[in-house]
Amino acid sequence: MTLELKATIAERHLDVSLSVGPAETLAVMGPNGAGKSTLVQIVAGLLKPDAGQATLGARTLFRTGPAPLWLPPHARGVGLLAQDPLLFPHLSVLDNVAFGPRSKGLGRAESSAVARHWLGEVDALELAARRPAQLSGGQAQRVALARALATDPELLLLDEPMAALDINSAPFLRSLLKRVLAGRRAIIVTHHVLDALMLADRIIVMDRGRIVESGPTAAVLAHPRSSFAASLAGLNVLTGSVTGTSVQTADAGLVAGRLTGGFAGAGTPADGGTEGLAAFPPSAVSVFLAPPQGSPRNCFPVAVTELEPHGDHIRVRAGRLAADISPAAMADLGLEPGSAVFFVVKAAEVAIYPA
Amino acid sequence: MPVLAHHSAGQSGPGRRKAVKRWEYQAVPRWVFALAAAGALFILLPLLGMVAKVNWGNFIPLITSDSSRAALLLSLRTAAASTGLCIVFGVPLALVLARARFTGQRILRALILLPLVVPPVVGGLALLYTFGREGLIGKSLSLAGINIAFSTTAVVMAQAFVALPFLVLSLEGTLRTAGQRYEAVAATLGARPSTVLRRITLPLVLPGLVSGAVLAFARSLGEFGATLTFAGSLQGVTRTLPLEIYLQRETDPDAAVALSFLLIAVAVVVVGLTYRTPKLPAPRGASGRGLNVDAGSSAGVPADTGPDGARP
Repeated sequence: MTLELKATIAERHLDVSLSVGPAETLAVMGPNGAGKSTLVQIVAGLLKPDAGQATLGARTLFRTGPAPLWLPPHARGVGLLAQDPLLFPHLSVLDNVAFGPRSKGLGRAESSAVARHWLGEVDALELAARRPAQLSGGQAQRVALARALATDPELLLLDEPMAALDINSAPFLRSLLKRVLAGRRAIIVTHHVLDALMLADRIIVMDRGRIVESGPTAAVLAHPRSSFAASLAGLNVLTGSVTGTSVQTADAGLVAGRLTGGFAGAGTPADGGTEGLAAFPPSAVSVFLAPPQGSPRNCFPVAVTELEPHGDHIRVRAGRLAADISPAAMADLGLEPGSAVFFVVKAAEVAIYPA
Repeated sequence: MPVLAHHSAGQSGPGRRKAVKRWEYQAVPRWVFALAAAGALFILLPLLGMVAKVNWGNFIPLITSDSSRAALLLSLRTAAASTGLCIVFGVPLALVLARARFTGQRILRALILLPLVVPPVVGGLALLYTFGREGLIGKSLSLAGINIAFSTTAVVMAQAFVALPFLVLSLEGTLRTAGQRYEAVAATLGARPSTVLRRITLPLVLPGLVSGAVLAFARSLGEFGATLTFAGSLQGVTRTLPLEIYLQRETDPDAAVALSFLLIAVAVVVVGLTYRTPKLPAPRGASGRGLNVDAGSSAGVPADTGPDGARP
């Protein structure tokens, strides 16, 4: 009972291959235009790929090639919750949720009972008699979730379900999703690392139609390999070849750190032969106007490109690197875009792991 | 006309207090209002001119004569039948044009809209040379004992021929604007295409379908040229109200004016009761926030919804 998918669409440069086990939730992340929603539509049966195949357990959802097969969306057992709730405006909340069971051939009374059950599950039973136009955005999305669950889908697709919600409704829906996704197979497309952390067991990062990174959520965020995953994890990541306890990078010179991840147990890797990454959080970076003397530190001469508020701190961006400094330090340094400064980070703060 | 009045009335939802009309900025220059008024007068003045000519003293006897009653009843019957035909064939046509993608689609659309631009007399001739006794199909039908031309059936066909594009055009536009997102969601919920059509698509575009059907009915009611050419003018069989009016104009102008007034009254009642400015379900489902125009039109507001109102 696993979802296996391979699909390519030439014109969108999409070429993906993935599998989702039973009771597993997969988070799909990546920049805009990476192909995340395309992926969802292919699985739902709303878009035909040029080539590929998908199986859900023993059933084939689609297959191209010599014996092509295309299961229409209504026969796939795949539920979809999009950014917009898309509640049918001419039906009451109860009838919206009962729509799926009714379509599957259940009687009116049975369908209503199923609908009430799922409305209860999303804490929306009291909304049953309302029209979709009388709901708030958060309420509508909860009802849409109940509607998707009421068909008991073998796979639930969530395409940025929280994106259209205000900051008050999103946390409620997130914890609701955590509850209902437990023990259920789901794919969630999201821009928020919190969704991935809370809801997903595994994460894939897509970029320009390809999967550039994949693995357990915690592992991907702890040791990001793509620049997108690094920005998700809020880490500076530099790549290069590992030499001793340092990474020789092309653009930032030698970066000293401590070996972690795959390197931690295996002892020192062969000098110069292994590709590795060096990661450190912006909070570990100090900013100086002149290169500091003394203790063994990494020092990167950079030009400031952007300054932006970031919680209590100010994030100083310089190309691919970022540093978080206090407003007081910012005032002392008198930074502005274009300032030439030195980013300094202790070797102990830099994690080095295999690529 | 009533259309305008309904447009503003449709906004209030069920069970909500009547919203106070608040001033809102509208980017319509004043001179546009002047031209619009001139346009409205251009339609209204001739109507007034005719009403002024009505012989009110004899009005009732004039419109209740045998020939008048026969013509009115025939007109209502045939226009209703033609509207039915337009719905049966026009809804699938609009769906295919709006949703499907196939080669020749643009040509098909152009051909279906042809009756809008072709003079009705030409349409009548085309029907005659197709379904007439000596026509393309009519010949075989005639051998089988079926004669369509110059029958009430011919009246209905002539009316449907000219009225079909009105329904197709109106509904296709509504379908396109409504989009397919609700339909896609319904499919992922396990609904087969026929179920989606019945429970989602048609209810959502019902306002457009109703206004299209009303337009088709109105066009059928006024049909003259194609009817005369293809069906002739036999009292009680093919002489509809417009034909009767034209005939009476020669002999009894008072009767012609009275019947014209009757025809206008019927049209105003039908259109006024059922025609609504096509409204669409909120295109974004992120409903709830702000005003949702759709609430009024699809929730069936008893106060301002006609007999064919908005509910399935």
